[in-house]
Amino acid sequence: MNALTLENLDISYGDTQVVHGVNLSIAEGESFALVGESGSGKSTILRAIAGLAPDWEGEITVMGEKRSHRVERSVSRQVQMVFQDPYGSLHPRKTIDAALSEPLAIHGIANRGERVEAMLTAVGLDRRFRFRYPHQLSGGQRQRVAIARALMLEPKVMLLDEPTSALDVSVQAEILNLLKRLRREQGLTFLLVTHNLPIVSFLCDRLAVMRHGRIVEIADVAQLKAGQLVEPYSRELLAATEGT
Amino acid sequence: MTPLLAVEDLRVSFPTHSGRVEVVKGISFTLGRERLGIVGESGSGKSMTGRSILKLIRKPGLVTADRMEFDGIDLTALSEHQMRAIRGARISMVMQDPKFSLNPVMTVGEQIAEALLTHQKLARKDVHQRVIAMLEAVRINDPERVAKLYPHEVSGGMGQRVMIAMMLIPEPELLIADEPTSALDVSVQAQVLDIIDELVRNKGMGLILISHDLALVSRYCDRILVMNAGTIVEECAAGELANAQHPYTRGLLAAMPTIDEAREELPVLDRTQWAGT
Repeated sequence: MNALTLENLDISYGDTQVVHGVNLSIAEGESFALVGESGSGKSTILRAIAGLAPDWEGEITVMGEKRSHRVERSVSRQVQMVFQDPYGSLHPRKTIDAALSEPLAIHGIANRGERVEAMLTAVGLDRRFRFRYPHQLSGGQRQRVAIARALMLEPKVMLLDEPTSALDVSVQAEILNLLKRLRREQGLTFLLVTHNLPIVSFLCDRLAVMRHGRIVEIADVAQLKAGQLVEPYSRELLAATEGT
Repeated sequence: MTPLLAVEDLRVSFPTHSGRVEVVKGISFTLGRERLGIVGESGSGKSMTGRSILKLIRKPGLVTADRMEFDGIDLTALSEHQMRAIRGARISMVMQDPKFSLNPVMTVGEQIAEALLTHQKLARKDVHQRVIAMLEAVRINDPERVAKLYPHEVSGGMGQRVMIAMMLIPEPELLIADEPTSALDVSVQAQVLDIIDELVRNKGMGLILISHDLALVSRYCDRILVMNAGTIVEECAAGELANAQHPYTRGLLAAMPTIDEAREELPVLDRTQWAGT
């Protein structure tokens, strides 16, 4: 079964249409990357799937169920998102414990204390962090909390919007290793947005190159590694990466 | 030849509950009309080094140096007023985040014009032309339209190009770029750095490129300083980076994924390894 299917997806912000006719199907357990420059609509696709960009037309199917335009509880159980900026994505006046318990409370799930502790361990944070505030944590630790929060409801699909671009190289390596391990352990499906092709090479199975709101090429990571992308724009991106 | 910039025993400290903490611990370097890269992770003191050259560190921060000379001028002795004639006109700095560094209530065009008019007198028509030409130079399509926009109306990448335009329009002799492209995509990153690179070469400017990205710095600089915990742990020619000796530099190099990544897991820095250095 496909974890995620997008059919003829158009997404608009007000009068501006930013995504045009995107078709994509991502198998369960697959790790898929959307790459492209800013404004190419890649983050917008994640936002539409998560219910944060409700102005869309076409079809979004998550784990076999068609998604409506509203925020739905059943969808939040299946799909969760991790944002780019770990400094902006945690509530500054809520402890880590409160941030991680909130999704459980909303969905009426018991054993919150145990689940929070287990999740902190799973993302490699010591339990002493549980009652701290975000400002007491480093960027890498905050991103671990953001990942933990996304995993609290045991979703099947993780939407990752540039999860490491705000982090140092060595911290980025830690978070990438963590994501890879969690995916292996929990059989997650990843839809990752990035502009960093080496990350795609490390973490993903397939990728789609986007430009001006359209997918220009879908390729296998093996093709990326071998430098065999076909479309001129994809080759341009690849050249920009290899040059540095 | 006298160097463009000479720094000896630069120290920056901030007071804390348990006494002053030095974030830059006595570093020395010289810079000619060349491209120098400073790399290091958050907290290594690389940004503080850049800021202290422009005397942008406010109290209670304290900057001391045995020598800090720019083109024969002793920067440590300059008053705030004298410093203003140098900032922007002769040394300018591209900051990290366009969101916080651009004035939200001025249009992009006005801000770039202001940078120019602060240091030069020019006719309005010429100013407009220079602004548009500069926006074109940083590869903004449709510069006439963009000049009329406010910072919140442009994307992060575009905002950064606007800031670079603003910093380069007075044609400074030394440009300090602090993570100038960390908000941009790879494709645009290369373009923006190519623009900076071209200007630096053509005008014989000096460049200090501060970044956490080793690959980027090695591509655009002649010489690299690697900083960790306030000290320079390694200095090498850009081409020699792959042969770096210091365990910290080697750790950073290994932690980066590559385009043909085959490792199942990335090596993570063992932070105790060089703690003594």
